[in-house]
Amino acid sequence: MKISDLTPARLRERLAGDGLKFQTGPFVVRLQTSLATVVEGLGILYGEFPLLPDEEFADFHISLRLPRTLRRWIRPQVIYSYNGESPFPPLPCTQAFPFFETGLNWSIYSEVFNYLIIHAAAVERGGHAAILPAPPGSGKSTLTAGLIHRGWRLLTDELTLVSLSTKRVVPLARPISLKNQAIDIIQQFAPSSVIAAKCCNTAKGTVAYLRPPAESVARMLEPSIPRWLIYPQFSSNGDLSFSALGKAATFSRLADGLVNYTVLGSAGFDLLTSLIDELDCYEFTYSDLGEAIAWFDRLVECD
Amino acid sequence: MDYSNDLLIRALMAPSQLSNYGSLQWDTLIRQGKRNGLLGRIQVLMKEHQSFSGVPSRVLAHLESARIIAENEQRVMRWEINRICRALEDIEAPVVLLKGAAYVMLELPVARGRFSSDVDILVPKVSIANVEKALIDHGWRHIKVDDYDQFFYRRWSHELPPLQHRDRGTIVDVHHTILPPTGRLHPDPEKLLAASMPLTGTKFSVLAPADMVLHSAAHAFQDGDLTRGLRDVVDMDDLLSHFSATYSSFWEQLAYRADELELSRPLYYALRYSKFYLQTPVPACVSEHSKAWRPAWPASYLMDAIVDRVITAGPWDKDLILKISRRLLYARAHWLRMRPHLLIPHLLRKALRRYRAEGVA
Repeated sequence: MKISDLTPARLRERLAGDGLKFQTGPFVVRLQTSLATVVEGLGILYGEFPLLPDEEFADFHISLRLPRTLRRWIRPQVIYSYNGESPFPPLPCTQAFPFFETGLNWSIYSEVFNYLIIHAAAVERGGHAAILPAPPGSGKSTLTAGLIHRGWRLLTDELTLVSLSTKRVVPLARPISLKNQAIDIIQQFAPSSVIAAKCCNTAKGTVAYLRPPAESVARMLEPSIPRWLIYPQFSSNGDLSFSALGKAATFSRLADGLVNYTVLGSAGFDLLTSLIDELDCYEFTYSDLGEAIAWFDRLVECD
Repeated sequence: MDYSNDLLIRALMAPSQLSNYGSLQWDTLIRQGKRNGLLGRIQVLMKEHQSFSGVPSRVLAHLESARIIAENEQRVMRWEINRICRALEDIEAPVVLLKGAAYVMLELPVARGRFSSDVDILVPKVSIANVEKALIDHGWRHIKVDDYDQFFYRRWSHELPPLQHRDRGTIVDVHHTILPPTGRLHPDPEKLLAASMPLTGTKFSVLAPADMVLHSAAHAFQDGDLTRGLRDVVDMDDLLSHFSATYSSFWEQLAYRADELELSRPLYYALRYSKFYLQTPVPACVSEHSKAWRPAWPASYLMDAIVDRVITAGPWDKDLILKISRRLLYARAHWLRMRPHLLIPHLLRKALRRYRAEGVA
């Protein structure tokens, strides 16, 4: 059973009651909320995700609710609560859905240590994964959104999980967060794509989430072999350019940005070194999404 | 659904039963374990009892993560102790590792799967300024920079304001005694230092076994408000079980030191709750003897009730009794820490500061 099999009324009821349990990659999330924006966002973006029975074990217990203070009524706020605790200060109620997405990212970061977690998007083709780590504003999500409309499978947009035991990239297939101009770019690039309501004035500007392709969600239990590590950079003027990166420099560049790497100790070091050994590493600058995708396709052809 | 901590306590008592748990029981147990910081302990117990078979794979992933976290905390702790050792090279005074630092370095059973990487040390009061300077010279810095905080710690507390290493972010608490000198009980730090035992191969010492138990009891039931709840009781159970099995005269020594260090009241609570919740094998004669340390009945009755509510609270219990119990334990800890003529201005000052901070925000 999928989330889209529920009528909107039933979805609202389940979320407001004991919570809804659904699967994203290796995890099961239990979400409780009666906030209309979250219910709506979940209905639009997570429609294809498998719904699990109430008696299933949930990895993450999350609720989004209004505070029991004046801020329930005046300039209302929303509280993200994880496992009964509220790790963040409240946000304006209008940001409830992005709060769910970033909050869930945080919960995964702080609880999951049987994977190496790279702050990166990842896409797959022919069983091989391209990992795209990059700071915010580099055009990583735009590129990912473009690629998944041209034959690549979405593995993840924010958190790339590499299994410590199998060294495979394990997908999450969650929605892609598009920021500012990227929203219009993707709407024009792929008019058939489904983008949920825009949310303005967040810490990252205007954010809107892109619905993951049904095929990526259907195959979210299928891991893939890491093959390329590509640091993308969008640049509005200039041609496409790329350069291969040395292994040692890439190792320290990647290790620097990893949140749970030091906690993993020698297992993390062993995984990261063998990962870098097997990856082709590039720095990649693009100004046109179509050209960028053609470059990615050539990577596969040359392989 | 069962929101109390019963499941967690049962798991600690009978880990071999865990292979029979169903998804929903695990769903509750993993959350209780996380909230109480005891998932690392559950993992260790299951490994010892070989009860992983039949456990759902997603549950195993949480237990595996808990193992990785606990191992990292201990690695961080050992490295931090190594760095402190280097920083204090020229200090001639004895330096005693307290609590988690001692448990890890002694590889006591209590350290198994335990989460904690902050280091607590005890040094003679006359040496504390030198120790502080040496740490600051080696990269530690104060994180409580407010004048009043600095004054408060130095004037009234049993420890320096916490020091944090600028690169590693780890915290070291430097104590000159184990309870606030403004409080009701005054364990003599000279006696603790005199009985401390060298830690082989290092410049550090550790408290004698009975003193280690008494410090843990004092920390949980005299100076603390049981925010760690069940974890304090688990520590106590582990220490008591291990030392009583290792040293034949441990119980006599414990009772003797409790009187000598003025810590018989916190020890009474520690023995009582450890035995009650985790069935620690406290000999009947010790239990009988400890009754002399019990407070008058209204206090003992009230304490039992509020401790029980706090220790058995589930991850998101929010009932009024629980709230009141937590407030009472908090008030009790403050009451025991400072006399009213110090406590009232201190609390007013903190309240005023909070009010101002909120006003600015």
